[in-house]
Amino acid sequence: MKKKLNAYLLAGLIITGALLLLTLIGAFHTPHDPNAMDSLAKFQRPGAGHVFGTDNFGRDIFSRVLKGSGTTLAIALATVAIGAVFGTLVGALTGYFGGIVDDALMRLNDALTAFPSILLALLVISLVGPGKYNVVLALGLVFIPSFARVTRTAFASLRDVNYITSARLMGASNLRILAVHMLPNTMRVLLPAITIGFNNAVLAEASMSFLGIGVTPPDASLGYMLSEAQSMFARAPWYALCTGGVIALLVFGAGLIGEGLQKMDREVA
Amino acid sequence: MLEIRDLHVKFHNRDREAVAGISLTIADGEIMGLVGESGSGKSVTAMSIAGLLPRKQCDLSGDILLDGEDLLHAPRSALRQIHGRRIGVVFQEPMSAMDPLMRVGEQVGEVLRIHTKLTPAQRKQKVLEVLASVELPDPEGVYNKYPHELSGGMLQRAMIAAAIVIHPSLLLLDEPTTALDVTIQAQILELLKKLNAEKGISMLFISHNLNVVRKLCRRVAVMQRGLLVEEGDTDQVFFHPRHPYTKRLIEAIPTRHGKETV
Repeated sequence: MKKKLNAYLLAGLIITGALLLLTLIGAFHTPHDPNAMDSLAKFQRPGAGHVFGTDNFGRDIFSRVLKGSGTTLAIALATVAIGAVFGTLVGALTGYFGGIVDDALMRLNDALTAFPSILLALLVISLVGPGKYNVVLALGLVFIPSFARVTRTAFASLRDVNYITSARLMGASNLRILAVHMLPNTMRVLLPAITIGFNNAVLAEASMSFLGIGVTPPDASLGYMLSEAQSMFARAPWYALCTGGVIALLVFGAGLIGEGLQKMDREVA
Repeated sequence: MLEIRDLHVKFHNRDREAVAGISLTIADGEIMGLVGESGSGKSVTAMSIAGLLPRKQCDLSGDILLDGEDLLHAPRSALRQIHGRRIGVVFQEPMSAMDPLMRVGEQVGEVLRIHTKLTPAQRKQKVLEVLASVELPDPEGVYNKYPHELSGGMLQRAMIAAAIVIHPSLLLLDEPTTALDVTIQAQILELLKKLNAEKGISMLFISHNLNVVRKLCRRVAVMQRGLLVEEGDTDQVFFHPRHPYTKRLIEAIPTRHGKETV
């Protein structure tokens, strides 16, 4: 299996890598204090001093976007991590053992999938309150079913493959079969699912913050900033455009990576 | 060493019994051939010996004794020990029989990892020895390769190595040469003969290819529709078949003159 980077993967890695790098730098250093107000510099257009311009308080939008994308990324990654880990766990149990565990968990899964994810997240938020950790919790829970479904199929299709049969014959424990033989072989579906999940998480967090059920000030995420920008769109269109553009780039980059991974898998197979 | 007594296997979703009462014995160091057309029950017989039948989806009755130990009715925990240590299995399709993401050497040594307390170094030593004994060139190189880097014939040798690394007393070979081309087939058969002679491993060789069976096995059993229709010395069965089905099978072997079958 010689891995050859394809154009999708390469472009995705470059875009996502650049954004990650900027965000990482932004966590330690921003050109301006993201929360410093400057009444003399309200609504400045993008230019040399302020790359993305300033908002109604004269805050540097570029600096705020750097901070905000940090929050967004952290929430998205944590969400996907929760979804992927628990989803894979559920998928492995149901796909490998089948039977009544499978039926019970998968029907529950169907029921959860029937609700729009934002609605479910809203339900969790209304129980635990807003704030970035609760957003992670809510979205993480909401993301488990989709990962469970994808991995369940992968595990179930591996169950009767010859090398699994022979591992069982050798007397390998179920844990060993699942962890050593099956899990690595499910990566080909899990990795693209993770990139898609990451995209959905970015969008879900943005939507929730936009609706005011996401992060709370002083934390700022991209979605939260977008909802701020909306109210002054006529006065400062660059605010919404720059913030929305970064969200779009994030999603685009991760989408390319996912597409590239699947393409690579098809070429190998 | 292996004794099957009146084995019945019936899957819940089928009307007919897959195996309808067969009895068979394999002596120490013997290579027994099991032939029959697809669906005749030969693979199901092998799978019930190996304990690979889904117990919840079929009814099993009769006895399978390996050196006097009951394989059919023993609890799962005991079976894991017996199956892993005493029975090796080689499947038809070598390409799918190995985990594509694990190095060949590790897979060959896996059964040692599970059933022995050897150190990693000792294990590797054993694996290299067994890879050499199945006549794989450059055992060290093969050890570190992934399955897709080996040819079908080499993989099948590696599978045989994995099946015998723990010195099992019985080797189940489920059409091990069917997926290979003829020259490789002949080499694998030679290898099996050698292993049988040198290590005294008993073998149950399942095939629908009578010529292959004739080259390898001293005794042969013929199955049809879940029943054992004929059993005996290979030469006896081939030159003086008693059952009409056996006769038809033998007539179906293509000959040099190409007059029998299409």
